[in-house]
Amino acid sequence: MAHAEPAESVTPAHPLLLEVKPAVLPRAILVENNRSFSWITEKICNIIEGKTPTWWWVCFIVACFVASFTVAGITYLIATGVGVWGHANPVNWAWDIVNFVFWIGIGHAGTLISAILCLLRQKWRTSINRAAEAMTIFAVVCAAIFPVFHVGRVWYAWYLFPIPNSNVIWQNFRSPLEWDVFAVSTYGTVSVLFWYVGLIPDLAVLRDRFLTAGNKFRSFLYGLFAMGWRGSNRHWSNYEMAYLILAGISTPLVLSVHTIVSFDFAVSLLPGWHTTIFPPYFVAGAIFSGFGMVLTLMLPLRALYGLQDLITQYHIDCMCKITLATGTIVGYAYGIEFFIAWYSANPYEGFAFVNRAFGHYAWAYWIMISCNVITPQFFWFKKVRQNTAFVWILSIFVNVGMWFERFVIIVTSLARDFLPSSWGYYSPSIVEIFTFFGTFGVFSVLFLLFIRFLPIMPMAELKAVTPQADVHGHGLAGHGDTAAQVAKP
Amino acid sequence: MAAQPYGLIATFTTAPELYHAAEKIRDAGYRHWDCITPFPVHGLDKAMGLARSKVPRISLIGGILGFCTGMSLIWWTGAWDYPLIVGGKPYFSPMFAFPVSYELTILFTAFATIIGMFVLNGLPMHYHPVLKYDQIRRGMDDTFFIVIEARDPRFNLANTKALLQQAGGAAITELEN
Repeated sequence: MAHAEPAESVTPAHPLLLEVKPAVLPRAILVENNRSFSWITEKICNIIEGKTPTWWWVCFIVACFVASFTVAGITYLIATGVGVWGHANPVNWAWDIVNFVFWIGIGHAGTLISAILCLLRQKWRTSINRAAEAMTIFAVVCAAIFPVFHVGRVWYAWYLFPIPNSNVIWQNFRSPLEWDVFAVSTYGTVSVLFWYVGLIPDLAVLRDRFLTAGNKFRSFLYGLFAMGWRGSNRHWSNYEMAYLILAGISTPLVLSVHTIVSFDFAVSLLPGWHTTIFPPYFVAGAIFSGFGMVLTLMLPLRALYGLQDLITQYHIDCMCKITLATGTIVGYAYGIEFFIAWYSANPYEGFAFVNRAFGHYAWAYWIMISCNVITPQFFWFKKVRQNTAFVWILSIFVNVGMWFERFVIIVTSLARDFLPSSWGYYSPSIVEIFTFFGTFGVFSVLFLLFIRFLPIMPMAELKAVTPQADVHGHGLAGHGDTAAQVAKP
Repeated sequence: MAAQPYGLIATFTTAPELYHAAEKIRDAGYRHWDCITPFPVHGLDKAMGLARSKVPRISLIGGILGFCTGMSLIWWTGAWDYPLIVGGKPYFSPMFAFPVSYELTILFTAFATIIGMFVLNGLPMHYHPVLKYDQIRRGMDDTFFIVIEARDPRFNLANTKALLQQAGGAAITELEN
């Protein structure tokens, strides 16, 4: 339909369409109760402008306390050496890489929501994308802690980058670990840029509101980062194009990042790691765990701030369904791994998988299966999806399950390697437990600061999906509904 | 002569009103004018007669630059500056250089896109006559404006005011420079 001539919407495009009368599919309502533009502005800005709630301080203090465990763990590690972690032959990679993959995977849902759903024109992404992108960035921060400190002498971590150094030797670009350095640092950088571009119009709103309220200092701060945004449509035109391109490049980025993370394992020759299914399997798992985390974070936020009109039941349904779909893909991948292990007729491969399910780490394997494969199956039922408390509990199980998936893949494969004489059993040391436990605090501190000082939802994008934003008078329908429009009597 | 105003600003309360007014201003042949909207209004670019954004060209340059940087970095470090045999593999092959070049393509495209967007928009610009309008805050919230600049060759205080009025604009105000 031509945009410039709204009158066209009533003229039939094709006589056949009049005859067949295609069904009118109403668009899902993304903002309930027909809220106005200014209601959206007030709702989101009041979260920042209002008094700091008591629960925020309580959570913040608890989060700081938890984060101090990471600080303690890392301080002890730097002061002593990387030997304070429980790694020993043959398990030389353990919690550090498990936690790294766990956090990176969580980050992926943020990019999926902001980039892939943007390209697929899934408009329900608008109310959750800001918080999900914030989650991505903070998850990457937590993920980066582990490999950086696993190098041992962390002050040499810059050797990972091709910066001329006194040894004059360069990095080995044949190594997937070096690819990982580039993948993760690009991912972190692009996620921050994408997030910032999305924030610019909303920062301008806050700039103007704080100026009116007489708070010059905060107005200056928000204004500085708003870059002088003034809502000009000539700017919006470039802005929307830039946003689309960022979404377009973030999509292959997010897929490549977890593909490269899986290469860390798949490119090795270890039975249990050396499989071609890893890249898609890891990406599906990452999205699964990320949506688990989005649900874990958004459901309490929705209840605490009364955002039921913006994060509707429809949004929860969509997120639950994606969790179900990706969880089932992950379950399928578990099955296929076993099938290939048997079908390849390779005794070492076969042993690695039988050992996973029935060996010393069987407890971890069955936790993984029950959390990742069985838990999401509850989302088939509408009654379950409508019970937010239950959805929240299930989302916790998803997080736990995906952590165990990485543990099972990494530790069980290494603990029973080629020579039975070197077999071992890995348990984490207290320093590792402290460091990992603390990252939940680091993540929470960052996330709490985010919800206190930045708009948790993109106001401009939310306004654009309301019915009154439509200039052609279609109401709830949009351009995709040409046929439906024509069929109306 | 009194200070020439920056232009005229007119207020519209709904998105469709703004959309149709924009079509009228476009058809009247104005060049230096703008709409102020709290969110990107779908189809407004066409109603304003704007050409397709040039951001993608800058992004493409960034992407090509990123890919070439990756490939040449790996070739230069591994095969030229300090050739070192690792695992009996060739000094350089585009195969193993691909993942890093791929990531750098995306990294450079992202920077080019954002820098391109800012440069094309003339941002950051922390001062602008439009921002001095006392109602501009509403333009970030729920109101729409059309601004016609005085530097437009067709600008004439009386006629332009009449056009904005006829297009349905309310509270037509002169903007200080």
